[in-house]
Amino acid sequence: MSSNSGNPILVLVDTSPEGQLRAGAGELLGAAASVGSAVALALAPAAQAERLSQELAELGATRVLVADSAAAGNAVIAPLVDALAAAYAQVQPEAVLAPNSIRGRDAAARFAARACLALAVDTVGIDRDAEGIIAHHSVYGGAYLVDSAATTGALVITLRQGSSDARATAQPAQLELLAVQSSGAPDAVITSREEAVIESSRPDLRGADIVVSGGRGLGSGENFSLVESLADALGGAIGASRAAVDAGYVPQTMQVGQTGVTVAPQLYIALGISGAIQHRAGMQTSKTIIAINKDPEAPIFDVADFGVVGDLFTVVPQLVEAIEGKRAN
Amino acid sequence: MRVIVLMKEVPDTYGERAIDLETGLLKRADAEPVLDEITERALEVALRHREAQPGTEVVLLSVGPEGSLPTTLRKGLAMGADRAVHVQDPALLGADLTLTAQVIAAAAKQIGFDLVIAGNVSTDGGGGALPSMLAELLGVAGLAALSSVQIDELTVAGQVNTDVERYEASADLPAVISITEALPDARFPNFKGIMAAKKKPFETLDLQALGLAPGEEEARSIVISAAARPARSAGRRIVDEGDAGQQIAEFLAKNQLIKGH
Repeated sequence: MSSNSGNPILVLVDTSPEGQLRAGAGELLGAAASVGSAVALALAPAAQAERLSQELAELGATRVLVADSAAAGNAVIAPLVDALAAAYAQVQPEAVLAPNSIRGRDAAARFAARACLALAVDTVGIDRDAEGIIAHHSVYGGAYLVDSAATTGALVITLRQGSSDARATAQPAQLELLAVQSSGAPDAVITSREEAVIESSRPDLRGADIVVSGGRGLGSGENFSLVESLADALGGAIGASRAAVDAGYVPQTMQVGQTGVTVAPQLYIALGISGAIQHRAGMQTSKTIIAINKDPEAPIFDVADFGVVGDLFTVVPQLVEAIEGKRAN
Repeated sequence: MRVIVLMKEVPDTYGERAIDLETGLLKRADAEPVLDEITERALEVALRHREAQPGTEVVLLSVGPEGSLPTTLRKGLAMGADRAVHVQDPALLGADLTLTAQVIAAAAKQIGFDLVIAGNVSTDGGGGALPSMLAELLGVAGLAALSSVQIDELTVAGQVNTDVERYEASADLPAVISITEALPDARFPNFKGIMAAKKKPFETLDLQALGLAPGEEEARSIVISAAARPARSAGRRIVDEGDAGQQIAEFLAKNQLIKGH
């Protein structure tokens, strides 16, 4: 057994079907290591186990459990839940941590239901008090901070992607192949699959330090090039308001707000966004907010540190030029 | 075929929403209660299936306190659902996800179903976990976050778009699915629907009727503290007089927000 097995936190990391680590493992292991000993679990081809254990140890895992995905076939979620159940029985962790991705949340929720454990979803951090593990939640678009805990037993937690900066120090690699008994639970099957095409070198919206978002005020999808030019000048990610998504300017994956992605970057720039409460709920905890809008009554100005009432089609090009100028100096 | 649609009453996101800092619970009185839009879309999926397969029965299922919920739920009947089941019990005050899922699972079993349709994520809790928990508790297949849905007599299928991949998946019925905003907007209730809704069956159940007695010793998630984040205040605001772009750049530089500068 591990020499560092005190307060184990079981961390489910997401991998591609080929066994490549998805983004976010470092964040999960960092959060786990801040309260205990991070034990990583991956469902992946056995041939990838050795490499995965190196990568995950590098990110702070004191132990790495790999369940062979060969038997999983095209099943959607049951093999992952079965792997969680087997790892839980072996590790006896104080908490179970998974990414708040569609897959991570599905697996964590099913595992919590199966194991009769308390569940805390979409948390923005974990901590420890005298009685054990607690989870931090950012509620109603960050208007409230709520802490939760389990009345008894381990807490199953999903961590919002991009919410935690903590990173763990590298550990010596310690791999264990995990034997998993199939539960035979009914499951859906994947009939076709493709990787999402990463079209740009821009940072991912979740977890980006700088986000530039466009709204209805852009007027068209073509005009989003203005948002892109500013995002690229600052090295930021691109977002959009629901109005811009509903108008068909950009895909839904870019939506910031109540029903889209919640972001909390160092800098958020809102271009032509009125700032409906639905949008503010997804960005109002940003450290610094800048808004450009031609309507002086736009509610976005109520939360902006610096607001410009003006035409974004003249202000933004000037701003991009000024940024390039400052960088050149 | 019987389709259960999970409906949730939430505070309208267009209004201010508040949490009671003593209990950590939603202050219901402070906000206009409405059907969560995503659950209306879930209902739309069920109604469109019934239009294609007239033998289909669409049953609304909702858990929540008495008060406004029956009125809110009636909108779903006005949209076209055949009947509604409302589970309410004082013991459910502050119920966590686990207890809520157990209650919905018991109700779904009692009603009987071929398919349960839910929204993927509510606008208040924002958890997105309940449909998965429900599938597990019911011992049926589940598909989370579908962006398209095809239903036939034996299966349900659809597309899932995540940040990293896109896939088509299929499950044998019975099953639980959750749908995303990519599905069509819900229809508006018309006058005929509103009138008809008043006569549709509306059943109210408590925990005893579902044969449930939640134990004190079961693991639950509880709120241990709640605090309001200080409200943001507006900062500086200028009207562009030809140099606003330069002024913003100055502001960014002063706050060290231009990388490589």
